[in-house]
Amino acid sequence: MFGIMAISFSDIGVALTLAAIGGGLVWLTIRSVKGREVPRRLIFAFVFVAVSLPVLFPITFKERMTPTVKAVFDKIESLPPGSRVLMSFDFDPAMAPEVQPMADAYMRHCLSKGHRVVFMSLWATGQALMTTSLDRVVRREFSQKVNGVDYAVIGYKAGNEGVLNVIVTDIRKMFPTDVNTVPLDSLPIFDGVRSCKDFDLVLTTGGGYPGAKEWVLFVGDPGNVPIASGVAAVTAPLLYPYYPRQILGILGGIKGAAEYEHELVNRYPQFADTPAPGLRMMGPQTLAHLVIMAFIIIGNITYFRSRKKEPV
Amino acid sequence: MRPLTSISRSYVCSLCCLLLTLVLIPSSNNIAFAQADIPDTAAPILPAPATSLVASDHKYDDGDHIDLSWVPSIDDQVMKGTVTGYRLYRITDDSTPVKLAEFAAGTNRYQDNAVRLGRAYVYYLETIAPTGTALSVRTAPLRTEREWINFDRKYLFLIAFIIAGSVIYFIETARRGKKLFIRKIAGLEAVDEAIGRATEMGRPILFIPGIQDMDNVQTVAGITILGRVARVVADYDTKINMPVSRSLVMTAARETIKTAYMAAGRPDAYNDDMVRYVTDEQFGYVAAVDGIMVREKPATCFYLGAFFAESLIIAETGNSVGAIQIAGTAMPAQLPFFVAACDFTLIGEELFAASAYLSGEPKQLGSLKGQDIGKGLALLMILIGTLAATLSAAYDIEFMTNLLNTLTSVFQTNR
Amino acid sequence: MKRTVPLFITFFVGTLLIVSVFLPPVQSMGENFTLFFDIIAVFAFFLGGGNLVRIHLDKVSRRKKDWGYSLVTLFGFFLVLASGLFKIGNAGGIAASVTASGSWFQTIFERVMNPLSSTMYALLAFYVASASYRAFRAKNREATILLIAAFVILLGRTPFGTMITAWIPDSLSALQVPNMAIWIMSSPNLAGQRAIMIGIGLGVVSMSLRVLLGIERTYLGEDKG
Repeated sequence: MFGIMAISFSDIGVALTLAAIGGGLVWLTIRSVKGREVPRRLIFAFVFVAVSLPVLFPITFKERMTPTVKAVFDKIESLPPGSRVLMSFDFDPAMAPEVQPMADAYMRHCLSKGHRVVFMSLWATGQALMTTSLDRVVRREFSQKVNGVDYAVIGYKAGNEGVLNVIVTDIRKMFPTDVNTVPLDSLPIFDGVRSCKDFDLVLTTGGGYPGAKEWVLFVGDPGNVPIASGVAAVTAPLLYPYYPRQILGILGGIKGAAEYEHELVNRYPQFADTPAPGLRMMGPQTLAHLVIMAFIIIGNITYFRSRKKEPV
Repeated sequence: MRPLTSISRSYVCSLCCLLLTLVLIPSSNNIAFAQADIPDTAAPILPAPATSLVASDHKYDDGDHIDLSWVPSIDDQVMKGTVTGYRLYRITDDSTPVKLAEFAAGTNRYQDNAVRLGRAYVYYLETIAPTGTALSVRTAPLRTEREWINFDRKYLFLIAFIIAGSVIYFIETARRGKKLFIRKIAGLEAVDEAIGRATEMGRPILFIPGIQDMDNVQTVAGITILGRVARVVADYDTKINMPVSRSLVMTAARETIKTAYMAAGRPDAYNDDMVRYVTDEQFGYVAAVDGIMVREKPATCFYLGAFFAESLIIAETGNSVGAIQIAGTAMPAQLPFFVAACDFTLIGEELFAASAYLSGEPKQLGSLKGQDIGKGLALLMILIGTLAATLSAAYDIEFMTNLLNTLTSVFQTNR
Repeated sequence: MKRTVPLFITFFVGTLLIVSVFLPPVQSMGENFTLFFDIIAVFAFFLGGGNLVRIHLDKVSRRKKDWGYSLVTLFGFFLVLASGLFKIGNAGGIAASVTASGSWFQTIFERVMNPLSSTMYALLAFYVASASYRAFRAKNREATILLIAAFVILLGRTPFGTMITAWIPDSLSALQVPNMAIWIMSSPNLAGQRAIMIGIGLGVVSMSLRVLLGIERTYLGEDKG
């Protein structure tokens, strides 16, 4: 009816956010031309605005899968229904905002395809985060799936790569029971499963130690088990030496999660209304990156101006 | 009881279907046609069993693995969905069969890891289909053997032998008094100066040995450098503050500092509170360290060990309180953060070289020299491998392809 | 004797772990030794916990500066310890998972630990910005290359990078920012990473041999080679 009516409160918020950040950066650039350094606290303030306002007024983007993400998606797609997937939650609450969206997306994808998933953790904090994900995804969206048949939770075991060193030959030696002290032998999902080698795919989510690298060194390579990984952005470059032969695909940081979520909704429209934290957080991340880039430019202007001022 | 006419009709139909299937197998389209023609009244057709089941003793193990392979049922190969899976049974020393594992359709191999030396094992497979099951032929009894040496890892042994041998050789050479040249490492040259600065300013030194336990060689490297730092600290009578995130590291660090104070002739100046355990939790530890930095404003900070995401948070806080910062880690992801925020950074191997470098002892310096042989070997292999791969791909030279395959098998680790 | 025994244990266990890679009958022994460390590390929790309680109890009892914080630490420590140990509020009782939904342990984890840890990690965003502002300056040729690479990666990790170079035809797709970012990560970055990793690997071998042969003893509190 009236064009102006189509503008929502959120759009105004986005416009104001961009104007506030853009205006502030122009002001700082003018200051830098005069050779003045930007105080740390001012940098912090800009990052705060760039991250927090897009959380209040969401800015969303369309994502396209990069090859490292596509490789993981295609692998899960190509496995026949009923395949066994081992999923490890190797992260803590600090990394969770970045990595847990990947774990949730993996869960949705695997269970939708009819794969049987076993959940474990090499991090003490991973088990509690696993419970959160199980409540949010499996028990809410896949309530028809049966514990012990379609999925199993074997939880956390201390020992880092020592655990992997053992489960690559015998999983029961480290995990005789699931988290509810039910013996693995009485769970149908473990019929014929003796070690990690009996899984069709291992999905590791994490970003620290122990993490994807240890999975490759102690399970993937010695056991010939395909491994895919979802890791914090800072860890992703470290995994490139293992891609694509030792790690078949990598989801790196929020961007990786967003690409995966986007593709999942494309292929499985039933997930259109489920939360997609990866996609939602791309707005704050994009603005934060742009602000950091602006500060790098401002820093260089200040540097060159101050160099000119120096006596020869 | 079923009437005789029904049984004979079913029998004839089954026979016809079987003949049709056998005749039409080469073409899948034909099979689909033959299926469509099967009357509803036909009796269920049992699946064809898996064939060529072979059990063999796994090479180079403790006699505790048997490798099994088989050719999947012809029905599994030709018509997807006809066979739903397989069950593997094992008979140990003529006892009753025990189900060992269950597989999805299409599977054709398995490794039995629960095998004991001296026992005889017989295996057979059951092919499962909605219409029924079919058993394969049993394997001959197999007893495993123990191999004492894993010859699959002969190349790994050779590489380890060359590298470790050269390290030991140079240690011996240095011990006999030969002078070895070691390049200067700026970060380590600055250690004494940094401690002196803290003494002059009357402010403490902060030493962080990473957030990993004593089983990590980076932590051991950090603690060995602490030994040298603590000696200077004890000499200068500077205050050292060392919050740690692992209790075993706390014990080792206390012992190291105590020894340094004793060596400096000032055992009474040492107290256990110089090293204190905070928490194993990564960011709880970071919060504590940041708090200590802001409150105590150390003049010099050492970050030497294994670091993760906390590296930049700690280093930037140290930068904000105006401390001289010397960092060192073998965590490649954290190196850029330390380089950006610290005055000196020991990159990767320099961290491990630091204690030898600071000690100045010929034996320790010799071990650094031995590393160079390993580096030379790596460099040579990379050059030959790159050349072989390029020439093999570009000009299809057989010799280069063979060389590449040989190199690949030499450096293959999954055995 | 105080030094000889640890040195012997180090040499024996270290050698056994190396040998177990090549001798199949010793392999399981090697695996067991890695588990022994974990068992020892479990006892170290008592050492760490004991030390924590001792220091803070001392601070509270002597009314030292900021003793109130120590009180909070002790309260938190014992609350979480009791919640996990006795599985308070756990629907499945003592046999069920310690992190079962609704248990005190899981609730404390979700409501306290989770937001606190995430907040600390989130500080990285601020520090990355301030460190980038200081560090990425075109002071020389190498620093300029680093600066350009940082720019491309930062742009490439956002949809903005895709948008600004979407007009480049597919025949020149290598010039699109996300593809340039992938190239930087998978070629120059990869080459550098591998070189550093080889150096680190050799450093670890050399350091381990020094420790194994007893040449490096500083970590035992002995300052003599």
